[in-house]
Amino acid sequence: MLKVEEIHTYYDHIHALKGVSLEIREGEIVCLIGSNGAGKSTTLMTISGVLHPARGRVLFDGQDIAHRPADRIVGLGICQVPEGRRILPRLSVADNLEMGAFLRRDREGIRQDLEKVYELFPVLAERRRQQGGTLSGGEQQMLAIGRALMGRPRLLLLDEPSLGLAPIVVEKIFGIIQQINRDGTTILLVEQNANLALGVSDRAYVLETGRVTLSGPSRELAHDERVRKAYLGEQ
Amino acid sequence: METFLQQMVNGLTLGAVYALIALGYTMVYGIIQLINFAHGEIFAAGGYIGVITLSFLQSRGVLEAHPTLGLVLAFALAMVYCAFLAVALERMAYRPLRDASRLSLLLSALGMSIFFSNGMMLCQGVYDKAYPIQLYSTGQFTVGGAVVSYIQVYIFVGALILMIGLNLFVNRTRLGKAMRATAQDKVMSALLGINANRTITITFVIGSVLAAAAGVMVGLYYGSVRFDMGFIPGIKAFAAAVLGGIGNLTGAVLGGMIIGMVEVFAAGYLASEYKDVFAFIILILVLYFRPTGIMGEQVDDTRV
Ligand SMILES: Nc1ncnc2c1ncn2[C@@H]1O[C@H](COP(=O)(O)OP(=O)(O)OP(=O)(O)O)[C@@H](O)[C@H]1O
Ligand SMILES: [Mg+2]
Repeated sequence: MLKVEEIHTYYDHIHALKGVSLEIREGEIVCLIGSNGAGKSTTLMTISGVLHPARGRVLFDGQDIAHRPADRIVGLGICQVPEGRRILPRLSVADNLEMGAFLRRDREGIRQDLEKVYELFPVLAERRRQQGGTLSGGEQQMLAIGRALMGRPRLLLLDEPSLGLAPIVVEKIFGIIQQINRDGTTILLVEQNANLALGVSDRAYVLETGRVTLSGPSRELAHDERVRKAYLGEQ
Repeated sequence: METFLQQMVNGLTLGAVYALIALGYTMVYGIIQLINFAHGEIFAAGGYIGVITLSFLQSRGVLEAHPTLGLVLAFALAMVYCAFLAVALERMAYRPLRDASRLSLLLSALGMSIFFSNGMMLCQGVYDKAYPIQLYSTGQFTVGGAVVSYIQVYIFVGALILMIGLNLFVNRTRLGKAMRATAQDKVMSALLGINANRTITITFVIGSVLAAAAGVMVGLYYGSVRFDMGFIPGIKAFAAAVLGGIGNLTGAVLGGMIIGMVEVFAAGYLASEYKDVFAFIILILVLYFRPTGIMGEQVDDTRV
């Protein structure tokens, strides 16, 4: 479904991605782990078209989308829940969700999806008139996921959904991520919490300073000595 | 008491006009953090299109028979013309500088302001152009001793309708919400499929349509327009936008009303020769003591 080939992405002179390649097949949950500054968010932003690689290709259904603007990539069915959630602070919860469906025109479908999102996260329904910026961290994460779902993604990119959340909320969110996947959405999950990410994903890539250093089935990586040392906190 | 009421009426009228212009400043600032210095000239261009339309209709003898139609046409043409002007302005002078420094953008705006004002002088001459207002300036009534002309009522009601329309657009429609989203977080908006360029164009168009209406209103109110008429009201409306909290729509309306009132009352009770000074005094005081303005909490968390 998505194939990233040898991408090099820069921030001015900072060479953030130094030839990253990865592949995601339909129906999978793939995770991307790595420590701070490894280039995980940069990879997602390059896939979403907010950043463009200087070299390399991003193939989605075989088409190279590396140089398309971000607002055109959403229309292909790639939605992102960005790092820090980026809730539109002065739009209501309902309007944030409506903006998630900005490109869609199927009113009936949008209405159904809205109902589904409210069912998935009842707290959002309770707070639908409240401004997005006034929600708690966990609620904002739910809103960010709900908003992405409103775009009916075929591929959902999630950037550190566990960040800053209480363990019980994290558990709930990860349960929902798995449910979204079972309902047919392919997922690329970025996480620093490697334990968690390897637990829910089919395959994993390890990113270190802009390069993929390891990859394979998550179950195998979870037992890999290098991964255990570097990311699972074992000595 | 009678003069007080009279000043109120005049202040409300003037304030409504400033509010309309201030909205354009504040909307553009909210979305691309640019003080669009050429906005005052767009307002002036609106005034010119109004007078050109009305004079043409009058010369054909149509205006006498259909004064209301003439007015509607004057407003409509001014708004359409200024909408195109704004699109051209944004495309040519601002869009190419999207990634440049804010100073470059500001200089470009200043340059466009001078360019437009000189352009109007070259095309329309340096002298005042009189509005054919005899048809409209006759009716009036008195409330509690204050004389209210029909023109004042038209201006106030017209401005109110435009503001309500804007409010509905911004808060209720998909595009209006997308506009606010873009102002709040451009990267996130792009990730939602919102095309920033298109939203920015819409913002310019709306601001300019309001300014065009204000231009025709001022022409009708004072009876004439001039090529440099955009300068002083432009700065006053900018002061109004800053006073209300730049980037904030409600603030712009509030600021416009306050500046209009202060100007009229100061001219009435203090010294009418100095009426233009007060907006500047307010601007300086606000910038010094409360740069975010009355309601300006919205600007600081806008992500660029
Ligand atoms: N806007 C930016 N300007 C300049 N450099 C940046 C910018 N954003 C990221 N970088 C640099 O690019 C590299 C990769 O950053 P990125 O945000 O992709 O890391 P990450 O893996 O997502 O880290 P984290 O886990 O902390 O979110 C880092 O060295 C970072 O300093
Ligand atoms: Mg990151």
